[in-house]
Amino acid sequence: MNDTDRSPVAGRLPWVLVLPAAIGLVFLVLPLVGLLVRAPWSTLWERLTEPQVLEALRLSLVTATLATVICMVLGVPLAWCLARLAFPGRRVVRALVTVPLVLPPVVGGVALLLALGRRGLVGQWLDSTFGITLPFTTAGVVVAEAFVAMPFLVISVEGALRAADLRFEEAAATLGATRWVVFRRVTLPLIAPGIVAGAVLCWARALGEFGATITFAGNFPGQTQTMPLAVYLALETEPEAAIVLSLVLLAVSVIILASLRDRWVNSP
Amino acid sequence: MGEQSVTLTARLRLTRPNFRLDLDLEVAPGEVVALLGPNGAGKTTALRLLAGLTRLTEGHITLDGQPLHDLAAEKRPIGMVFQDYLLFPHLSALDNVAFGLRCHGTAKAESRRQAAAWLARVGLEDHAGVRPRQLSGGQAQRVALARALVIRPRLLLLDEPLAALDAHTRLEIRSQLRRHLADFDGATVLVTHDPLDAMVLADRLVVIEHGTIVQEGTPTEVARRPRTDYVARLVGLNLYRGTATDRQIKVDDILFTVTERLEGPAFLAFAPSAVALYRTRPDGSPRNLWQATIDGIERHGDNIRIHLSGPIPAAADITPAAVTALDLTPGQNVWASVKATETHAYPA
Amino acid sequence: MFRRVSGLLIAVLLAASACGTSDDTAAPAASSAPAASAPAATELTVFAAASLTETFTELGKTFEAAHPGTTVKFNFGSSATLATQITQGAPADVFAAASPATMKTVTDAGLATGPTVFVKNKLQIAVPPDNPAKVESLKDLTDPKVKVALCAEQVPCGAAAIKALDAAGLKVTPVTLEQDVKATLTKVELGEVDAALVYQTDVIASAGKVTGIAFPEADQAINDYPIATLTKAPAADLAKQFVDLVLSQQGKDVLTKAGFQAP
Repeated sequence: MNDTDRSPVAGRLPWVLVLPAAIGLVFLVLPLVGLLVRAPWSTLWERLTEPQVLEALRLSLVTATLATVICMVLGVPLAWCLARLAFPGRRVVRALVTVPLVLPPVVGGVALLLALGRRGLVGQWLDSTFGITLPFTTAGVVVAEAFVAMPFLVISVEGALRAADLRFEEAAATLGATRWVVFRRVTLPLIAPGIVAGAVLCWARALGEFGATITFAGNFPGQTQTMPLAVYLALETEPEAAIVLSLVLLAVSVIILASLRDRWVNSP
Repeated sequence: MGEQSVTLTARLRLTRPNFRLDLDLEVAPGEVVALLGPNGAGKTTALRLLAGLTRLTEGHITLDGQPLHDLAAEKRPIGMVFQDYLLFPHLSALDNVAFGLRCHGTAKAESRRQAAAWLARVGLEDHAGVRPRQLSGGQAQRVALARALVIRPRLLLLDEPLAALDAHTRLEIRSQLRRHLADFDGATVLVTHDPLDAMVLADRLVVIEHGTIVQEGTPTEVARRPRTDYVARLVGLNLYRGTATDRQIKVDDILFTVTERLEGPAFLAFAPSAVALYRTRPDGSPRNLWQATIDGIERHGDNIRIHLSGPIPAAADITPAAVTALDLTPGQNVWASVKATETHAYPA
Repeated sequence: MFRRVSGLLIAVLLAASACGTSDDTAAPAASSAPAASAPAATELTVFAAASLTETFTELGKTFEAAHPGTTVKFNFGSSATLATQITQGAPADVFAAASPATMKTVTDAGLATGPTVFVKNKLQIAVPPDNPAKVESLKDLTDPKVKVALCAEQVPCGAAAIKALDAAGLKVTPVTLEQDVKATLTKVELGEVDAALVYQTDVIASAGKVTGIAFPEADQAINDYPIATLTKAPAADLAKQFVDLVLSQQGKDVLTKAGFQAP
């Protein structure tokens, strides 16, 4: 014990908090350590540069980003309606928004097929009217990822909207701002941190999406085979390759998320 | 739009489960009306009704002969300064001021030019690029005022505009605000719970308690002739309601002699400094004398304020020297008296 | 650190299964019971390929009826996943795989000896009942207008499909390479694809939701299903008896009824 080094206001470490926190961290990080320990470091580079791996990685990044954009375009207004409009059945709508969270992703994929598949409720019409079929296309991957990831964005943004001080919006109204201008020039900037947090969660979820994607969009290299799908199939025959692919996915997402966060924190 | 046509007439009625507001307001062009009242009296609600941030249950608002009550807040020709200013934290001081102009369709460059001119007018031309959180309280208040005035409102609403400032800044900002209000030719409604702000800034006071107007008049009238305990306390007077017969007013069982000649229900007011205290019954039996118990003793400016209970509650201001000389302590019984010439009586 | 922890975990699992083990390298903490005196185990753990779900569940009931007091626990899944679990130390008694290749990873690890092929499974073309693309033969699948689902080559049905197509000298570009045969079948059931190559057993199990079309080239890609008792089987005796049941006439009857073929 070296009490003199401690700043006078800090007091004793609250072990009741620090101990579970440490266990929680170990719990989260240990599987990662497992991957690192078992990774075939000697053949790593060679495996990384395989065209199929790069293809899957590119597809993953592109589809997760597009899915996040879709979630933002549709999810932010949805969150706004949930937070700002009083309408009958709002609680039911809010519960419905979280459905993709509760649904096992594979079931979500089947549900998407039943709705948007070639013979699905809406998909049938899309096919006959526009000749659009989503399954087995990259667009289908984006749809599946957006479906599963959207609740993360909506919930974050709705929380931010509820926490935001409504009086700023009132102040804007007294200055002559219409509701749309208020939303665009006051609400959005005020809840920007919440939107970024939601988008980050959404993107990360989309990047790791497996069940709904493989069920709805199928698996074909270059078209619909994202990293998680490649990992899963590699696991069938080459567990070591699967570890490499997992590490690539992890490294890329950690680098992107960490740099994003820094940029956010450092911005004035 | 001619200046002379600017007049606000409003009948504000709002019914909530445990609150009712019912006020009639009229404000002449260039006039500053202060809504004064205790917390929860409905002052801010009245302001929100005028601004369109809360919907009237009943009544009307007419400005320049135009009905306002059916318009959404953003359509009303108003400017509002909020208690904690609510400057948009993500915009610079300049963009905060330009915000309203942009909303009203002014081009960006022109908006900025006018906003800069207003910032200069409130003495903040050097702070155009600064974010609100880097502004001091007084600076933020001035930006908020510029933001509200730059859009040339016909009705200016000020919600406790000085409440968030420390005593020193307040003094300075108050006099600046007074100057800007003097220059403003529209109607101004100011909400405050500070009598000094009201007295300095307003042409007319409207005192609100429990959602209704209890007294209205120029600051001098209200200060001289308070009609409720709240107002009396605000202006620092002891106030009683009694029955007058000629030059005497009976309050409870005490008969006060006054200088005014009155009949029937009347108010009696006198300043705490007019109250003299004695340990024993004074000789020469002065009139307006009663026996009281000391409830509390506290510092009040340079003097000591003694709170008295007894047949009538009263406050008395005496010098610290007198407190020592009389050896006053709470719980003690004393005699209190007021000279007739220091009372002020008026019909209730 | 990782190895220590996983070793401990396996030890705990083994201890929980209340049996001794003859091997002292896998689970030193649980080797208190001598191997020779393995008591009459009351629980048998069978790891079996997902395509065996229906048949093995039925055989398990038969086995339990014949061995009162014994319960048979099944772990159905992709053969490759099961093989990985076994090589990582999962406590199993019997392993029935959908391909010799996956069984080989277990025998190579010295965890099973002498696997026996107990059934064969043949591919069929599965089409939706209305057969929208009018598929009749394997060659029809090469038409780019026909949407085809295949299993990924990493899983046995995918490997078999490639073998069959190679044997026929045909090149098919599928729209998807599914992660397992059930997922492939689902795509046909929902009408998302016009045809898929799946096992005959899966067509039969789908109970009319898809129509199976046999094709001659399927004989070139017959899938062998090997079964073996595991060397570290906690219930070695029961394991052997279960394998015997699967290989018996009774076992064959159940399996052929489901569309499997005798080896």
